[in-house]
Amino acid sequence: MSEQLIESLRDLPDYLGGHMLLSLSALVVGLVLSVPLGIAVSRRPKLAELAQGIAAVIQTVPSLALLVLMVPLLGGRTGFWPAFVALILYSILPILANTVVGLRGVDPILIEAGRGLGMSDRELLRKVQLPLAAPVIIGGVRTATVLVVGTATLVTPVGGTSLGNYIFGGLETSDYVATVFGCVLAAVLAIVMDQLVRLFELAAQRRDQRLAWLGALGLLFLLGAGLWGPVSKLFSPTPEYVAGAPFTEQHILTEVMKEQLRSAGFTVNQRKGMAEGVQFLALRGNQIDCCINYTGNIWTVLMKEKESAERSILRAKVRHFLRERYGVICLGELGFENAYALAMKPQRAEALLGTERSQWTVSRLAEQSRRLSVSVAGDLQFFRRLEWRQLRERYQLRFREKKEADPTLMYGAVRDDQVDVIVAYTSDGRIEKYGLVLLQDDLHVLPSYDAILLASAEAVAKPGFAEALMPLVRDGGAISDAVMQEANRQVDVEGNSPRRVALQLLESIAVRKKSVER
Amino acid sequence: MIVLKQVSKTYDTGHVAVCNVSLEVPAGKMLVLLGGSGCGKTTTLKMINRLVEPTSGRIEVDGRDVLSVDPVQLRRGIGYVLQGSALFPHMSVAENISVVPRLLDWPVERIEKRIDELLRLVHLPPEEFRSRMPRQLSGGQQQRVGFARALAAGPRVMLLDEPFGALDPVTRDELRSEFLQLRRQLGLTAVMVTHDITEALLSADLIAVMNAGRLLQLGTPHELLANPSDDFVGSLMSSPKRQADQLESLVAGGPKGGSS
Repeated sequence: MSEQLIESLRDLPDYLGGHMLLSLSALVVGLVLSVPLGIAVSRRPKLAELAQGIAAVIQTVPSLALLVLMVPLLGGRTGFWPAFVALILYSILPILANTVVGLRGVDPILIEAGRGLGMSDRELLRKVQLPLAAPVIIGGVRTATVLVVGTATLVTPVGGTSLGNYIFGGLETSDYVATVFGCVLAAVLAIVMDQLVRLFELAAQRRDQRLAWLGALGLLFLLGAGLWGPVSKLFSPTPEYVAGAPFTEQHILTEVMKEQLRSAGFTVNQRKGMAEGVQFLALRGNQIDCCINYTGNIWTVLMKEKESAERSILRAKVRHFLRERYGVICLGELGFENAYALAMKPQRAEALLGTERSQWTVSRLAEQSRRLSVSVAGDLQFFRRLEWRQLRERYQLRFREKKEADPTLMYGAVRDDQVDVIVAYTSDGRIEKYGLVLLQDDLHVLPSYDAILLASAEAVAKPGFAEALMPLVRDGGAISDAVMQEANRQVDVEGNSPRRVALQLLESIAVRKKSVER
Repeated sequence: MIVLKQVSKTYDTGHVAVCNVSLEVPAGKMLVLLGGSGCGKTTTLKMINRLVEPTSGRIEVDGRDVLSVDPVQLRRGIGYVLQGSALFPHMSVAENISVVPRLLDWPVERIEKRIDELLRLVHLPPEEFRSRMPRQLSGGQQQRVGFARALAAGPRVMLLDEPFGALDPVTRDELRSEFLQLRRQLGLTAVMVTHDITEALLSADLIAVMNAGRLLQLGTPHELLANPSDDFVGSLMSSPKRQADQLESLVAGGPKGGSS
């Protein structure tokens, strides 16, 4: 078993419980909404068509997009609620459609018989239509169950807690054991819940109430297990939330912040792998207390500045903007930069740009890209960012091919010569591992990306909170470029757990501090 | 007693299903509505228990205007038997029979007693049949349960929509004669729909012949056979006789057997 896996087993009760609570509560609410809706529209073909059409449209929205969209729609709420609402929406279509089909499938002669014997509409529904449609309706619930349990693995980016934290965390830190572990557990949970729901189907078929009770008991047990975590937390002090974005460095730094706060006596909860946009909304809304972002990121994404600026000016402007516009406090710089940079293998650079290192610039690449066929790969967001547009226009870059890929795959592609240039992150451990060279941004188009420690106004007001984190940002920052790169390498290349690397990193900071003091 | 006075049914589409039908079924008698498919006989039947609402006219059951009664209450007091029994497949025989008594909130002991009583009445031993599911019964047994269900709350009036239609000929004859006996024994007023002329002639006290939504002739089987009001009724009524003659000649080795 990998060290990372053993490490992550400690989170199992939390993640599994969160997953069960989320999927079950969404299913229950979905059921309570869809069956009456299905009953109401089943007698009106046009309405039924409309309702099913709307549900089908919701279903076609990619689940990740629906989840992330729920955050602004719910006024910036993150965590359980956006995930809950999105999953309810997902559960509606199968249950609604099957309710309509099930009710319509009841033999009209039986409805006439019921009516002819003197049943009112309600009695007819309760005694004839629903019991006869039950197997089909429960079939819909089973479909919804598998769908919801599966989709619940995607709630990580909105700050939800589920087995998806294993999957996302594993993908982001190249820990495939954790990813497979999360997938297998989610699949097992889906099968267990599906079989429990199936007991109701059997109960209806065999007219055996004991089976239904067994199913209900099983589901209640899962719900209870899911509720255990949140309920037990009610009786412990309100935790502080530290959040991390979905990549290695953030996973490490989240652990670093958590450790600092914990040793200062705070109870800390992590929201790992939150999408950056979501993270910022959560910080603004005081739903998370602190996170780490990058000056250049805020500069281009939030401030929408086209022109870069000198590093210290940019820092000051970002600080000011965050405080004035969002009420978010920048506690200081961590001491390293994680910038975008164009990276190549030296052999390829020599062949394409020339043997002189001084020739390895973006200008030279642009020149060559207009003559030769050059390909580039970037992560899933870079080519939509302002930085890319600026880079392309200012240098007149002409790439033959532009690939978008997950960072892990992107580094692999340049290593294996499948692509000439990649958009790398300067603090990434894989630059060193693959011996990549960074091309000089000779026109200074890209801004600087100093890592900064951000906290919500509410968090800063808590006594001792800022003090606990101050060692990280004192004197221009405690984590140098080299230290961060090494820490990232430890996780991405050596396969150590982010937590262990974080503890080592903190230790080295403490040691250095002591030697300085001496 | 059932009385229909100038009853018509016109659907929203403009289709006239029943036009100006008046008839009377004296208490304890059985009327058969006879005609081909689409003649309006089933619509006429369903207007009596308001499964279909008449467009105009007046319908009385035992002196009460059916339109003045809550349809749900009205139907609980009228037995209703459908073609192919239409038993609820998710309910046992006992549960099917007790549908109306349960709707009427009878006490459990009374319901249980009544189930056994009815099963015996339709010649199904209770201990054997009570807990069976409809799919475990033959067609004839299903329709016996259908009768028991219709009789459960002791109605004075029965409506039957082709009750023997889905049965094989032998079972049909057997069940029909049992039903006729039962009906007389219980003194039920009944209206039955059929397109089977022989069945109508053998079952009815009164026959109402319908065509294209109109009542062509109302009378006893004898009256209809002896004095058909027009050619249509005449040829209809004589068809069993014609068939019987053909059968007879077959037995005698008649026309089909050759001229020797």
